[in-house]
Amino acid sequence: MRDLFRDAEHLFRLAGVFLALIVVFLVARAVLTPATFGVYGHYRGAALAEIRTRDIVFAGRAACLDCHDEINVVKKTAKHAGIGCEACHGPLEAHVADPSTVVPEKPDAKKLCLVCHSENLAKPRNFPQINPKEHADDDNCIKCHDPHAPLPVKG
Amino acid sequence: MDMEIGRREFLEKTGKYVMLFGAATKAWDFILAGTPEAAPDYDVTRHWWAFYIDIEKCIGCGNCVRACKAENNVIREPFYFRTWVERYHIAPPDLANLHDERLPTVDSPNGGYDGFPERYRDGDGSKSFFVPKMCNHCTDSPCTQVCPVGATFDSPDGVVLVDKTYCLGCRYCVQACPYGCRYIDPRVQTVDKCTLCYHRITKGLTTACCETCPTGARLLGDLKDPKDPLHELLRTQKVQVLKPYLATGAKLVYHGLDGAVR
Amino acid sequence: MYPNEVELQWSILIVLYPFLTGIVAGAFILASLERVFNVEEVKPTYRLALLTALSFMIVAPLPLQLHLGHPERSFEMYLTPHSTSAMAMFGFVYLWYLLAVLVIEIWLDFRQDIVRMALESTGWRRVVYRVMALGSYNVSPRSLEIDDKIGRFVTIIGIPSAFLLHGYVGFLFGSIKANPWWSTPLMPIVFLFSAIVSGIAAVLLLYIVVCFLKGIKRSIPCLDTMARYLFYAFLIDFSLEMLDLIHRNYEADESLKTLNFMMHTRLYMSQIVLQIIIGTLIPIGLLALVQIVSMSARAREGIYVLASSLTLCGIFAMRWNVVIGGQLFSKSFLGYTTYKMGFATREGLLPALLLLVLPFVILWILVTLLPPMKRDEAAH
Repeated sequence: MRDLFRDAEHLFRLAGVFLALIVVFLVARAVLTPATFGVYGHYRGAALAEIRTRDIVFAGRAACLDCHDEINVVKKTAKHAGIGCEACHGPLEAHVADPSTVVPEKPDAKKLCLVCHSENLAKPRNFPQINPKEHADDDNCIKCHDPHAPLPVKG
Repeated sequence: MDMEIGRREFLEKTGKYVMLFGAATKAWDFILAGTPEAAPDYDVTRHWWAFYIDIEKCIGCGNCVRACKAENNVIREPFYFRTWVERYHIAPPDLANLHDERLPTVDSPNGGYDGFPERYRDGDGSKSFFVPKMCNHCTDSPCTQVCPVGATFDSPDGVVLVDKTYCLGCRYCVQACPYGCRYIDPRVQTVDKCTLCYHRITKGLTTACCETCPTGARLLGDLKDPKDPLHELLRTQKVQVLKPYLATGAKLVYHGLDGAVR
Repeated sequence: MYPNEVELQWSILIVLYPFLTGIVAGAFILASLERVFNVEEVKPTYRLALLTALSFMIVAPLPLQLHLGHPERSFEMYLTPHSTSAMAMFGFVYLWYLLAVLVIEIWLDFRQDIVRMALESTGWRRVVYRVMALGSYNVSPRSLEIDDKIGRFVTIIGIPSAFLLHGYVGFLFGSIKANPWWSTPLMPIVFLFSAIVSGIAAVLLLYIVVCFLKGIKRSIPCLDTMARYLFYAFLIDFSLEMLDLIHRNYEADESLKTLNFMMHTRLYMSQIVLQIIIGTLIPIGLLALVQIVSMSARAREGIYVLASSLTLCGIFAMRWNVVIGGQLFSKSFLGYTTYKMGFATREGLLPALLLLVLPFVILWILVTLLPPMKRDEAAH
């Protein structure tokens, strides 16, 4: 038996080295694995909260109504009722947070209107689309159309 | 009884592309119902997010692409999109060469960020339409399956998210996504993709793309909410998902998806 | 192309990785031929094959680290491996194979020499050998017998481990249902047999080179046997690859037009010319020629060198065609792109070339420390 141990001594030493490595690995694993890992699934649970706390850039339609309800009164029975304010006026959370100092620019009507309404074969057939030259001789759209209530045509 | 018939009639009209703002109006009501102050404590187990895109309403304005980039600080130059719009142009069958497969022509200039230039003329018998695309937030997503460390995952409320502090940037998930919605953000060398505006929907807002869509082509839905309009749409409309044969359990349902769409 | 598909995700570094692990697996299989299957003729290459496997094994994770967006986080694969991901297996399969198979086997086989050199050498070499001996200097016949038995056992475990080491890479590609060029159940098997082919070819070439450099006479029966096994492995490998192609063309699903077009245009040089004709058909032809026509030992040796070199080029081309080829077409099947490889960038040609040379540098160091062949071991 002693003979066997002596002849296989090197193997026991090798096993010892391996055992030490495994212990180091297990300890490192316990220390380095993030604490919230595995709480909801195979991922770092804290990530959900981190992703949730990003800054908002678009305020959402409801936020505009608090101050600008008179626009909504005109808009909500007209053709553009379903369009959110920020679809045309851009992101406004900064303005909602500080209305007096952050004043958004009025969008350039002609450029903006044509984004949706310039004619294009790929648009749905029944969607109102025009060729600006033929329709109004390249004139500015808001001369005849109120952007919040585009129909009926004014004037 | 009366109310039910009236609602069904109303929704039938909604499905037709003539009533462009019908669904948008419904969405508006729903959005108004969920204001930020009303949802301070968010319970992940009470929501199951899905998305509905109506191809027959999309006008290719690109509002969604621009809004997403603004909301989520997506890299402007170069390329890379969390959501984008493709335009399909399908020529009529070539009667001289019926055996040759006619492939659609697809273009997506800067992802649709600047809208689409007029390119095709009417009258030649061809068909053209826009297809907005984004992450499908699959129930059996191949991307979360292959992530070696668990940096991308399915949240308990059905949103596929990326943990940017844990991602190695190995790009395995980008290879595994059949829809091409993932990319490596060169600024942080990790994977990025549509998060369904998780930071907004958990506060009662809707996604940035839905918020700015002028025709109501996009609709965020919560399948665990019995009052969600998505339930009615799923029940009454013919809906499709992209690449159904891959069985990814995609939760982005399309209405009016042409068979030629890849 | 989808808007997000503007660049290739996996570059030449990822082409390099299966090439390196393929040689590891193949060299080990060759070594196991002698140890487990008692093919005596290849005995002279036994130690060399093991050292080759080790040197390539050491370099193998480097292209991966270089490619990662955040290599400093790569240890996460050990902390939280995702059990559904083939890539997560990498960390553990690699460690297992390196430590539990290769290092143990090399150590057991060389132990007698290590102990002798620990006792005989001086200076820093003495320190190195003493550490390698783990402070145990018993080389009695009984201990060597125990070493031999354990070594044999390790080799037996090592064969499926080698299969796993390279097979999982094939599975990594083969399991991506989003990519029809990769998605096939044959992929792990094709990878494995091409690995065996590349391993045998590499060891064959290295054996000739090392013998030449050390002035040892080469064993012709050894070369003949290696070439024969190379030939057999090649036949299987070629059949598998052709089977994949034929099957694809016959079933003709929606991806076929795209893939065929890509193969005939973008991949023409690398697949049809380099991989199939130069890298497979010509070596198979040369090796078959040797089996049929009798020729002098020198002629045979020349043919083996040529065939092995072409084989290694062909196997590299195969890895290229799988990895790069799978990314040259869009997942929409409506577009193609090109691979622009930089030179002195992080994932460019220069690092790739350096990483290809590195295993040979390491091998040279290993061969110096642990001589695989003695001068008096000159074979007949």
